This record gives sequence, C-alpha cells and structure tokens, in this order.
Amino acid sequence: MPLDSTDLAAIWLTLKLASVVTLLLLVIGTPLAWWLTRTRSPMKRVVGALVALPLVLPPTVIGFYLLLMMGPDGPLGRLTGALGLGTLAFTFTGLVIASVFYSLPFVVQPLQNAFEAIGPRPLEVAATLRASPWDTFWSVVVPLARPGFVTGAILGFAHTVGEFGVVLMIGGNIPDRTRVVSTQIYDHVEAMEYAQAHWLAGGMLVFSFVVLLLLYTLYPQSMRGANR
Amino acid sequence: MNDIRTRVRIVRDSFDLDVDLTLPGRGVSALFGHSGSGKTTLLRVLAGLERAPGAYVALGDEVWQDDANKAFVPTHRRGVGYVFQEPSLFEHLDVRANLEFGRKRLPPAERRFELAPVTELLGIGHLLDQRPGTLSGGERQRAAIARTLLSSPRLLLMDEPLAALDLKRKLEILPYLERMHDELALPVVYVSHSADEVARLADHLVVLDGGRVAASGALAVTLARIDVAGSFEDDAGVMIETVVSGHDADGLSHLAFPGGTLFVAKRDAVMGSRIRCRIHARDVSLALEKPRASSITNILPATVETVGPGGAPGQVLVRMRIGETALLARITERSRRELDIVAGRAVWAQVKAVALLA
Repeated sequence: MPLDSTDLAAIWLTLKLASVVTLLLLVIGTPLAWWLTRTRSPMKRVVGALVALPLVLPPTVIGFYLLLMMGPDGPLGRLTGALGLGTLAFTFTGLVIASVFYSLPFVVQPLQNAFEAIGPRPLEVAATLRASPWDTFWSVVVPLARPGFVTGAILGFAHTVGEFGVVLMIGGNIPDRTRVVSTQIYDHVEAMEYAQAHWLAGGMLVFSFVVLLLLYTLYPQSMRGANR
Repeated sequence: MNDIRTRVRIVRDSFDLDVDLTLPGRGVSALFGHSGSGKTTLLRVLAGLERAPGAYVALGDEVWQDDANKAFVPTHRRGVGYVFQEPSLFEHLDVRANLEFGRKRLPPAERRFELAPVTELLGIGHLLDQRPGTLSGGERQRAAIARTLLSSPRLLLMDEPLAALDLKRKLEILPYLERMHDELALPVVYVSHSADEVARLADHLVVLDGGRVAASGALAVTLARIDVAGSFEDDAGVMIETVVSGHDADGLSHLAFPGGTLFVAKRDAVMGSRIRCRIHARDVSLALEKPRASSITNILPATVETVGPGGAPGQVLVRMRIGETALLARITERSRRELDIVAGRAVWAQVKAVALLA
C-alpha cells in the first residue's frame, strides 16, 4: 500500500468533514433556497449575491475574513470564548463552519432551481386540497424537488472534498484535526514525495470524475444548475 | 343563508377589477366574460389564492377575508375545492394518491364521497395505478375533478374546467356536476367563456365586462337582457325552462313553457319532466303576418319589447315576450326598418332551431 497512515487519516478526515458539511448545508440551504424562491422582498438579490460570493472570490479571501471572525478578537471568537469553547480557528469545528460558507452556493443554487421549476401551481392545488404550507412543503415540494436535493448534496459534498485555500487559512493543516486530502497532497509535493502525491491526486481526480458522471447520468438537467 | 359575498377592487396597470357581488349559496353561479374580464382573478380571490388588498369575502356568516378588520382565512382552511383550467395533478404521485390527497386530510366524519363511486362516475377507475404523465388531457382533468370532489369542499370553484375536454367528455361530466349540486346543495362558482356551457349548467349568471359586473341574476332572466346579450356575440340567446307535455304521432315532443309550446324532435322523456331549451337569437326570424307556407315548425306569436344593438354592424337584437317568456331575435337593421319593428308591435317569431340541454 503506497498510502501511509497520515494519508489514510487525511482521507478519513476529508470524508468526515464533507459528510458533516453536506448535512449542515442541506439543513441550512433548504430554508434559505425556499425563501429565495418565494420571497418578493428586495433583500432577495442581496442575499442571493451573498450566497453566490464563494463562486467568484478566491478561497483565501473567504478564509482570511473567517479567520479574523473566529480569532480571539473577532465577533465569532468572542462569542465562543465567552461560552468557554476557546477559538474555532485551527479546529475541526472551525473547518466545518468555513466549509459551510464556502460550499453554500453549490447546495442553495440547485435547490433554488428545483424549487423554481415546481412553480406556484402545485402549491395552490395543495392548498385547495386542505394542505397547510408546512404539510405542502413536505408532501409536495420536497418530492418534486428531489433532483435538486440529490444534485445539491452531491455538489456540496464534492466541493467540500475539493477545497484547499479555505482549509489552509482556517485549518492550518494539523494532522488528524484539520489535515485533509488536498492539503496532504500539497505537503507531499512540498516534500518531493511525488509517488504518494500521485496516489492521492489521482484518487481525487477519479473520485470527482465519477461523482460528476453519476450526477449527470442521474439528472441530465443538473448540468445547467452546476454550471450556473 | 349560505350566500357568497365578495367585494373586490384591484387596480393594476393593465387591469381594473371592481366588483361587489352576492352569489346564491346553492346551485351553480356562472361567471361569464371574455379573457381579461377578471373572472379568474375573482375566483382566485374567493379561494384565497390571491389576496386583493381591501377585499371582503364571506361564505354565509363565515368571513374569509375582511381587510378592514385584518381578517384573512388561508386557502387550506376555507374548505374550497378548486378545479384549475389545466389539469394539475401531482406528478410525483400516482392517480390513486392524487385522489386521496385531499380526502385523507379530512376527518373521516366529514368525508362525503367514497373513492369508488366518484372514480366510476368520472370513468377513471382503470387509471388508479398509473402516473399522471401517462394519462390523456381529458383523463387528467377528470382525475383532477374527482380529486376535488373527494376533498368534500363546501364551495366548489371551477375555472373553465372543461376547456381541455372534448365535447363527448364534457357531456359525460356535465350531468354528474348537475346532479352533484342538486343532491348536496353544494354551491358552485363556474367560470366560463362559453355561453352554451353556461346556459346548460348555471342557475345564476354573472356577466363580467372589463372588470365590472355588467349583469347578475337568475340565468333565464339575465340571458334575455338585451343590454348584456351583446356580450355573448354570436351565442346570444335565451334559455327557457320547459316541461314535457306530450308526444305526438308525427314524432314530435311537446314542450310547454309559460306562454306557449315548443315542438321538438321526439325525446325519450317522461311526461312532466323538465327540459332546458336554448334558443339562439341568430336562429329566430320575424314576420309581421303568420307565415302560411313555411317549413318551420315553431312559429310563435310575440310582442316586441325592446330593440338594441346586435353586436355586429348592420344587425340589431329584438327582445320579445311570449306570455311570460322572453325571446331574443337577431335581425338586420334593414329588416327592422322595413318591417318597422318597434316596441309594442305584434310579430310572429320563427324559431329555426331549439337546442335541448339536459
């Protein structure tokens, strides 16, 4: 086996991070995408732009600001400090929070597309059939938007696996705590360990390709959402 | 009383709806008007799907919207059924689950319909396990109507529900809709732009024109109003309630109405049964003397009441009275002048065609 224990630890941590982040993103992204779909508030554009920011900003910029926020003098850092949790920078929790921000558009946008594709009519029909809005959301919206949920979950997971800049800024590449595959590859390359770098990099390449191939086979319409 | 009362005022750039209406709490009320007349918007306000600021909506003594008192009951608590213009089945559910959707959200004691009789009557019993995508347009709409009925609505709102159906299916569904409201005293508000559909189905007729109520009243009376008859264009004409009074050896049935008798091709109907007849204004011509040499069977003595615009250049509508019953005729302006058709003149109305409805 060309992968040593630090490589395996990095892979494990990466999968754990991506799973936790994907779960959180579905919980946060669903109401957010629903609100963006239904609201007529002028804030819609502002929030939509904020959500999309990670698509265009260098990860280092997001990482930098999050680092400041999580630091001992940042608002988030003061809060966690007051709660006796210490600072979040260079911890797994900090990494999770940063990744949620960074991967948010990859979950929110497919969900929003799926919600918008449903249109208002099925909601109106459900209301005339005595279903409350909450009931309608679960019995009509979620099943009809299933492709959006699958696409969002896959993209959110894959994107979290693939992040590097934010991890480096927030996580600091600490073994078993914040060292994920992408930073491990970086370390291998720095140390001229090209063979090990190859295994991990090749693995990432295959993983990403298979995930996207799977997605586009399951839901060809998701190609539009992913490229937005 | 279970009257439906509504007061709505919506002013938008291209649209202006200003309506103050009371509809009877039983039977079918038709909202008739051309596209853009506001009939669908009005229906949506009744359902609570559209929240018109300042509106008032009530069913009997139950207030659904009264913005002056900050009252608004959301759609799902109004107990309204709504059949949309296009069949809107849930694509993620099979037909059976679609039909059960509203029904299962109702306490068993309040369910007034069983699945089997409704699916049988609408002819969709064999489709229950199919997905909506495999159904034809007519089948989808019949399933949507069944789904609405099964939710046991207290007020049934229908937005041109038959527009997507072929004539055969329409004629199949209509008697069921009629029977349903007869038996259950379920009020129905029915939007349509087909005068013939309205004449067949409605008890009460509201004519909307440019967002205003042009007329509202009992069907027969309103159809015969010369000031609104123009709205029906080529379909202008009266509806007469008749009673089967006999059958003769010539193969004709006799239909009596207050003021006379119509003779129509023999109907398989028992004596005393009620039949709605529709006589289009375009099918009625006038003569000053009783035509002796005419193949037309129905020639009735009438008295001219009013003459009004005919909806097309060179044409006029003439409203007559035969006993207690009103009749409309559309003739050319030239004929009117040459025959000197004015109020009070006695004429003979030649009825070329009588359409029997139900």
